[in-house]
Amino acid sequence: MNTNMFIKLIVTAGALLLSITASAGTLEDVKKRGHLVCGVNNGVPGFSAPDDKGRMQGIDADVCYATAAAVLGDASKVEFTPLTAKERFTALSSGEVDVLSRNTTHTLHRDAALGLNFTYYNYIDGQGFMVKKDLGVKRALELDGAAICIQQGTTTELNLADYFRANNMQYKPIGYETAPQTRDGFDKGACDVLTSDKSQLAAHRTELKDPTSAIILPETISKEPLGPVVRQGDDVWFNIVKWVVYAMINAEEAGINSRNVDKLRENSDDPNIKRILGVEGEMGKNLQLSNDWAYNIIKQVGNYGESYSRNVEPLGLARKGSVNALWTRGGVLYAPPIR
Amino acid sequence: MAQQHQPMPDLPPPITSTGVIGWMRQHLFSSPMNIILTLLSLYLLSIIIPGMINWALLDASWTGTDRSACEANPNGACWTFINVRLTQILFGLYYGQHPDQAWRPITAFVMLAGLIGLLTLPRMRFKAWLGIGTIVFYPLIAFALIHGEWLGLPVANSSQWGGLMLTFILASIGIVAALPLGILLALGRRSEMPLVRAFSVTYIEFWRGTPLITVLFMASVMLPLFFPSGVDFDKVARAIIGITLFQSAYTAEAIRGGLQAIPRGQYEAADALGLGYWKKMIFIILPQALKISIPGIVNSFIELFKDTSLVSIIGLLDLLNMAQTASRSLEWKGYDVEAYTFAAMLFWIFCYGMSRYSQHLEKSLHRGH
Amino acid sequence: MKQDTKHTAPATPWHRDPAVRALVFQALLVLVVAWSLGTIFSNTITNLESRGIHTGFDFLDEVAPFAVGFSPFIEFILGESTYWDVFLIGIQNTMIVSFLGIIAATLLGFIIGIMRLSPNWLVSKIASVYIETFRNIPLLLQIMFWNFAIFLPTLPGPRQSLSLGESLFLNNRGLYLPKPVVENEAGTWVVVISAIAAVIACGVLYRWARRRKDQTGQSFPIFSISLLIIVLLPMTVYFIAGNPIAAELPELKRFNFEGGMQMPLPLFSLWFALTTYTAAFIGETVRGGILAVDHGQTEAANSLGLRRGQVLRLVVIPQALRVIIPPTISQFLNLTKNSSLAVAVAYEELVNIWSGIALNQTGQALVIIAMTIVVYETLSLATSAILNFYNARIQLVER
Repeated sequence: MNTNMFIKLIVTAGALLLSITASAGTLEDVKKRGHLVCGVNNGVPGFSAPDDKGRMQGIDADVCYATAAAVLGDASKVEFTPLTAKERFTALSSGEVDVLSRNTTHTLHRDAALGLNFTYYNYIDGQGFMVKKDLGVKRALELDGAAICIQQGTTTELNLADYFRANNMQYKPIGYETAPQTRDGFDKGACDVLTSDKSQLAAHRTELKDPTSAIILPETISKEPLGPVVRQGDDVWFNIVKWVVYAMINAEEAGINSRNVDKLRENSDDPNIKRILGVEGEMGKNLQLSNDWAYNIIKQVGNYGESYSRNVEPLGLARKGSVNALWTRGGVLYAPPIR
Repeated sequence: MAQQHQPMPDLPPPITSTGVIGWMRQHLFSSPMNIILTLLSLYLLSIIIPGMINWALLDASWTGTDRSACEANPNGACWTFINVRLTQILFGLYYGQHPDQAWRPITAFVMLAGLIGLLTLPRMRFKAWLGIGTIVFYPLIAFALIHGEWLGLPVANSSQWGGLMLTFILASIGIVAALPLGILLALGRRSEMPLVRAFSVTYIEFWRGTPLITVLFMASVMLPLFFPSGVDFDKVARAIIGITLFQSAYTAEAIRGGLQAIPRGQYEAADALGLGYWKKMIFIILPQALKISIPGIVNSFIELFKDTSLVSIIGLLDLLNMAQTASRSLEWKGYDVEAYTFAAMLFWIFCYGMSRYSQHLEKSLHRGH
Repeated sequence: MKQDTKHTAPATPWHRDPAVRALVFQALLVLVVAWSLGTIFSNTITNLESRGIHTGFDFLDEVAPFAVGFSPFIEFILGESTYWDVFLIGIQNTMIVSFLGIIAATLLGFIIGIMRLSPNWLVSKIASVYIETFRNIPLLLQIMFWNFAIFLPTLPGPRQSLSLGESLFLNNRGLYLPKPVVENEAGTWVVVISAIAAVIACGVLYRWARRRKDQTGQSFPIFSISLLIIVLLPMTVYFIAGNPIAAELPELKRFNFEGGMQMPLPLFSLWFALTTYTAAFIGETVRGGILAVDHGQTEAANSLGLRRGQVLRLVVIPQALRVIIPPTISQFLNLTKNSSLAVAVAYEELVNIWSGIALNQTGQALVIIAMTIVVYETLSLATSAILNFYNARIQLVER
């Protein structure tokens, strides 16, 4: 009886510790599974937040839908996994999610040391401050001694410390775990200032009990290029996610949107449009996808401009004249050609 | 013939020591000090209770589908909010979105309630078999219902579970999975082999000395690091692993209490019959010890049930987090008190019920040796 | 000789010998445990390496790139304080909230426990409703309830603070009190020495009163006299020495009060919730302890002619404490562990700033979690050591 026990013990322990499920490429995994698992933020309106019916909406969520459309031909085949800032990278590298589309800032450290690959940017952001109007603060340099609500585990925390150090000011951090908690704390008066990426501040402002009681200060204290992230070492998958974002931008540049895409596929003579929509060339095949990959994205999700005006514009963040405009309109969004 | 003495019948007690007056005199106004205390308490209650009743019942909003119903009477509680979000708070996001599927967790709940009802009946036959059957098969049935894949129902993945349902799932899997581990550890702690004993003591004291929140942080952030890359558990599974390891230490202590209560004669009798260690434990000692440990295990289950609310810190949408999320939503922001009160009430009903049951068990098991 | 061998049982084969089995079993256990821990350890190190994190203690000397807001005794300087300082501040803040919580919970717990046993029906019912309410609701829920649903929304902002005599302020950022500041060092020393002298005098008085009581049976109102000495003596000296300690009042600045002693709202909420929760458990313990004293003891004391207060103080409570103290010490440990729920309300104790923020910014998961656990295990072991010591000391001497 004893020996039996040992064997069982050892076998169980061994099985637990050694069960390495050899993972094939992410592309095959997703195809086999039949849906994409996408790590998102749970509750930042405009980026990813459930709507009344519980469907995830936002510019980050759209990257997930677009990737599913390109890979599986059906934008609805996405399972969203809400992640906190702290657990997002572990979730990606352990394979819990296929792609992380959770307003994540591209930095050297994350790129080089964390085993991540940043694809491209779907929103270029910068950190700012939101304050209650009645404090009479007009500039960030007047914030010496303020209590500042902040979400833990973000680069925001570090930028804030750097900014105050550089300007020789003091602050009291009030750190919460999640974005909604942080906003709630600010709304109820636990702090004077809320700091975060400006797009998030705009979103949070709409969620305050009285949105007119707070203003966003003009200063931008950091560069926050946000975009989808994948694991290092799977170049096929890296290319796919990267080109999904490029395709949305290229589509906008070429004037293709979800309404005219069918018509253009039928009767456009522009070789660029023909290549994008898979009428000419083998662009999709190169990515190990079907040739109508970009058509599916545009048809089911829309181009970048449509995604932006659907999700981000309602927050009061105008695109015109901002860095997030296309390069042809004075912004920095510039996608390599599909050819 | 001696005249037998007939005592006069007792006089009835004075009116001041019977009935309501007597009771009040004895229990409320027996001394000046007592009178002061009574008046003070009455004053305190007169401040708290009417306000609470007005807020929670008389002035409260119960009907409607959006916040306008509640804004009409700002002095009362907004139960409309709870009413609208009820499915979500009880069963999580998936069932909140698909209320037509809510019968699945409801069936699972009703089944569990029925089984527990049967098990707590004092005169039930085949109780042991039913108990074992419940522990082995009920989780499978409940999983099939709630997840849905096995029955060909629309799939609700574990990442979509939440609310009171998730609280129940975490606490019950935690306690059931911790039981075998706890038994082994309790036996180990009383073993005669010094290394086994040392291992058990270290293990038990390690988990008992660590706050659960650290354990959960470990489970959510570090567990994936413990395994070669490629092995992964989802978030709920990670939380369950953390909770089980943590709980097994407490279960072990409850069982150790039971083992200690078994008189030496039982061990000696088993030895005299020539039974080996495992036979002795399985057939003689453990059946008795586990029975005595049940109140202790129930008590630690109550603690665990309350403690599962900590998973909200690692981002799982349990009852507490679900209620909180609902009260932070755009539609219902500002109704925190209602959300917390409702969650507190649910927790209270279950914990209080279980603690009464455990007290009752303690009394009925008290046979004395 | 031959006769003897006939009666000896056949030699047990080695694999059925309990001693051998025990040895093999233990050896295997050690192997399995060592191997599992080793695998976990090496996996973790490899996984961290692949994320560019080299496990080690070097990061402790690095400057912490974030700020810590509340640190009353250890100074935090943004840009100079290291991760090691953050660790110490975490321990300090855990200690502060636990210390405050233990004192308040013990007081409240004793009151609740005694109320529960009051002959007054109403008082005892109130206490029992209190106990059943507070201990059957998760602590985390209570902490969040007090902080987010009660204190934050109902307390006024810094500009409309509630104030008491312009020196004590309460607002939704916390509680602000005057802080004693030494103005005249020599004078302060005189006051401190007089306070120490007062305590020593009370000790002497206590021993004298004990001896006199043992010899003559006369009692002495030791408690009230001692209190008088301890309060009055230093106070008189304080005034004679010309107010050597001044009070630094909190002052309203641009955003909030500055200066003085500050208790941030997260600390206040956490303290409040820990106290009310733990008091419910201590209340039950106190009740159980008093009930555990045999009724004969009370009757015997009564028949000796002791007054009700004396019965409680001299006979019941000393015996009840024997039962009350061990579980109460365990409750103190629970309170300390529960203070880790501070994460929810942003109070900066060990788990929050160390295994939360620091872990996240450095990625040193293994070292940081290990250090956190070591702190709690030390507290836990210290508690059991105290308990064992106490239990050994108070063991009834059976005759």
